[in-house]
Amino acid sequence: MRYLPLTPVDRSAMLQAVGASSVDDLFVDVPAEARLSGPIAGLPNHASELSVERQLAALARQNTVAGEVPFFLGCGAYRHHVPATVDHIIQRGEFLTAYTPYQPEIAQGTLQMLFEFQTQVARLLGCDVANASMYDGSTACWEAITMARRITRRAKALISAGLHPHYVSVAKTMARFTGDELHTALPELEAATDIDTLIGQIDGDTSCVVVQYPDILGRVADLSELAARAHEKGALLVAVVTEPVALGLLKSPGEMGADIVVGEGQSIGVGLQFGGPYVGLFACKEKFVRQMPGRLCGETVDAEGKRGFVLTLSTREQHIRREKATSNICTNSGLCALAFSIHMTLLGEKGLRGLAELNHAGAVAAAERLARVPGVELVNGSFFNEFTLKLSKEARPLVRRLADRGILAGVSLGRLYPGVDALEHGLVVAVTETTTPEDVEALAAALQEDLA
Amino acid sequence: MSMNRQGRVSRPEGETAANTETFTGNRALMLEEPLIFEIGNEHTTGVDLPYPPLDFEGKGTAREASGGGAAGVAGGLTPAAPPPPSAVPLPEQARGGFEGLLRTRPIGLPGLSEPEATRHYTRLSRQNYAIDLGLFPLGSCTMKHNPRLNEKVARLPGFADVHPLQPQETVQGAYALIYLVADWLCKLTGMPAVAMSPKAGAHGELCGLLAIRSALEARGDMRSVVLVPESAHGTNPATAAFAGYAVENIPATPEGRVDFEALKRRLGPDVAAVMITNPNTCGLFERDMKRIADAVHAAGAFVYCDGANFNAIVGRVRPGDLGVDAMHINLHKTFSTPHGGGGPGSGPVVFSAALAPFAPLPFVEKQGDHYHLVEEETAEEHHAHSFGRMVAFHGQMGMFTRAAAYMLSHGADGLRQVSEDAVLNANYILRSLDDLLDAPFGDSGPCMHEALFSDDGMAEGFTTLDIAKGLIDEGFHPMTMYFPLVVHGAMLVEPTETESKANLDQFIGALRSVAARAKNGDPSLKAAPHFAPRRRLDETLAARKPVLVWKDPEVAQAAE
Repeated sequence: MRYLPLTPVDRSAMLQAVGASSVDDLFVDVPAEARLSGPIAGLPNHASELSVERQLAALARQNTVAGEVPFFLGCGAYRHHVPATVDHIIQRGEFLTAYTPYQPEIAQGTLQMLFEFQTQVARLLGCDVANASMYDGSTACWEAITMARRITRRAKALISAGLHPHYVSVAKTMARFTGDELHTALPELEAATDIDTLIGQIDGDTSCVVVQYPDILGRVADLSELAARAHEKGALLVAVVTEPVALGLLKSPGEMGADIVVGEGQSIGVGLQFGGPYVGLFACKEKFVRQMPGRLCGETVDAEGKRGFVLTLSTREQHIRREKATSNICTNSGLCALAFSIHMTLLGEKGLRGLAELNHAGAVAAAERLARVPGVELVNGSFFNEFTLKLSKEARPLVRRLADRGILAGVSLGRLYPGVDALEHGLVVAVTETTTPEDVEALAAALQEDLA
Repeated sequence: MSMNRQGRVSRPEGETAANTETFTGNRALMLEEPLIFEIGNEHTTGVDLPYPPLDFEGKGTAREASGGGAAGVAGGLTPAAPPPPSAVPLPEQARGGFEGLLRTRPIGLPGLSEPEATRHYTRLSRQNYAIDLGLFPLGSCTMKHNPRLNEKVARLPGFADVHPLQPQETVQGAYALIYLVADWLCKLTGMPAVAMSPKAGAHGELCGLLAIRSALEARGDMRSVVLVPESAHGTNPATAAFAGYAVENIPATPEGRVDFEALKRRLGPDVAAVMITNPNTCGLFERDMKRIADAVHAAGAFVYCDGANFNAIVGRVRPGDLGVDAMHINLHKTFSTPHGGGGPGSGPVVFSAALAPFAPLPFVEKQGDHYHLVEEETAEEHHAHSFGRMVAFHGQMGMFTRAAAYMLSHGADGLRQVSEDAVLNANYILRSLDDLLDAPFGDSGPCMHEALFSDDGMAEGFTTLDIAKGLIDEGFHPMTMYFPLVVHGAMLVEPTETESKANLDQFIGALRSVAARAKNGDPSLKAAPHFAPRRRLDETLAARKPVLVWKDPEVAQAAE
């Protein structure tokens, strides 16, 4: 077996050295009835590299590849072009095959990268500090709700109807066990977000208001008023960003007063990958840092006075505080954070802004084109690179019909909100720099034909 | 003096001067690297964007507005300048409520050109230790070789460039891949069901405990306590608390295993579950696992097994045969997916028949040749007891593809060899060092995949930390230190099966040498490491005055 260096000669020499007559002697503590005498049944034996590659490539070929067809899906995962440099660097063994940087003297590469990542994320989201990443946006969102509970000592969270339904679902699952009270609502196919409704619901028991920016239908709204009203009542504003490219063009939630800003960083540097691994972003105001979940990297000096970096404030974390920790998270998304950071460094301020403008301009042009198709109506009053169309037919079967024709038309709200009649004509369409005019024309033509 | 024909000296001469300061601060291949904020700026970018943007029949055009000119096909690559920020075109409808939201102030994100960025990260990478460089014996972390075939298949466009919400007919191969890994995990553990969505080990623990709590609630049995052995990973008690339980410790016996009698005495109607790591963090197999499981079940509770150490038994022992109800499997440990400097991981959870109905959504089902995803909408028919969704989309696909490549490469026979070699390597380390280092449970029988030592017998003032830092100078990553908590100055060594005997012998030699220095009180060891990119770092300073983001020194000074 190509991954196993011990030879039969080594094995017998080593068995002799440890005083065992056979390897079975080493498993003597396993109850006899649980020891298997041979390879587990029903599974194949070892295979060559060539054979494995063939088997898995055969499965890969059964999938419709986003980059090979007109493609318009978003809703929390976006297809952007990732520079080749990103994938090259993250495959360097020193990054790829390193562990969590518990021995900082020989992990400065990872630690400095994390320090840079934290700074990039904090600045992008408009916060004082950011952590070294979470699993993804949905789990980061729940962690933000629990953090708000710890800070305010209140357990009622108002969840915007525009929050990604999977994120809502994750929060509902967890809240059922923790006793948090969540107020949720379904989105409506309207031009404006539900900010005004949320403002009216804040009261003295509210721990936080959770709002997505841009929201699940792609709408963008000013959060300043919401933040101010939340603060008046002693509540926090938690903002969720699932498309960080938007922040190249739009004011950050932190700038508008959000206390905790979390996000899904997949858009920058990490591919679609059928849903994971992604990278959760988590940032907040400095005064809340000791209530943050997850790892933090901090600057310090070594014995010679040279600048260096270490994991710090770990008294918040499970390996020190155990059941009193702020979260149970251990492994996070280090390598995806690296991909995010490299891509962000390649973009820089100028590149990110340009990318955001490109996305927005493309979306505007596409929205105009698609809204001219009979039976198609643009819902949004505002949007960044994603907007919702109201179709004259139910969207979910239409998406399937268009997929049969080789067009991945977007995410139907029927997929995200099954059984909700008021939403079943909604189709969320995302346009990025990877979308071509031909793609949009193909979608427009297919919609026109199908809706006729 | 020896010279070649051009008169160039071809033998070293001059004094050795190891302490000579260099102008740059670099030491030949050991290169210092500033932060991106110190070398980049807001005007540099390493990405050429495909300007001009989309344009359709001259309507609502970005190109006109940005003055991009008529040249070039819309969407094509041109060297044209990006549109000025103020010229971002918005149709009347989309403009509503938007203008006030445009960024007016710079974000402060430095950019680097591609060569600069490549060099920055390459230089950083060289300050890291990694499995690709050598033995990485972190106990309970299973740092084994990461095959590059895994990386290759994970990047096949059919896996890497697929959106999680694509219509199910367009992703049958992706579902099949998830199903394949799920099937292997069920067979390897002897358990009937598996939840694939948990994102890492601790997330898997949470998944297991939520299923347990749901099962208890379904029978109207509200229990409040989870029992966790003293030697458990910190995630166990943290997870139990996160799931809303009170945590109580159960003691270990002098031989390093769970105290069965103490556990049995504590069981009662308030105990929801017992979390047990097997093999445990002392490197020992819990011999009483079956008896424990029977007692726990008799008391109406469930057995959660922390599967972090599954590498010791994979292919030889199935946890399902030992009465386990739920166990997470770290694909980034046993199944070789890379740790990436702290993630991403992946923590599927296998379930017994008693817990399977409560497993989270979504999951992949197979009907004939067709795969479909059971989500909230379809769950009600035949998965009504699911405790719900833990994560957006459906888990760490990129880790499933890597794990699948690993599983298929090894096969059932190869995986059996994996655990045999992992255990043999650990015992070889234990018995090659237990004459010099204190092995607190050395008399408790063979160890499993990891060998545990304490710092007992070191010279006054010398501890595990010094030994660890001394190993760094020897070119090895240190072992896990100060864990498990049941042993003073614990050193937990897990070599894994992917080390050759020659590597182990060199490591043993190095550790013996460092341990001897610690026993003899060698003062230079207190200052180790001497040869790493950094000397010992001041962690107290970092925690007392946290600097978590970079601030421009000038701006920071002005603010003070």
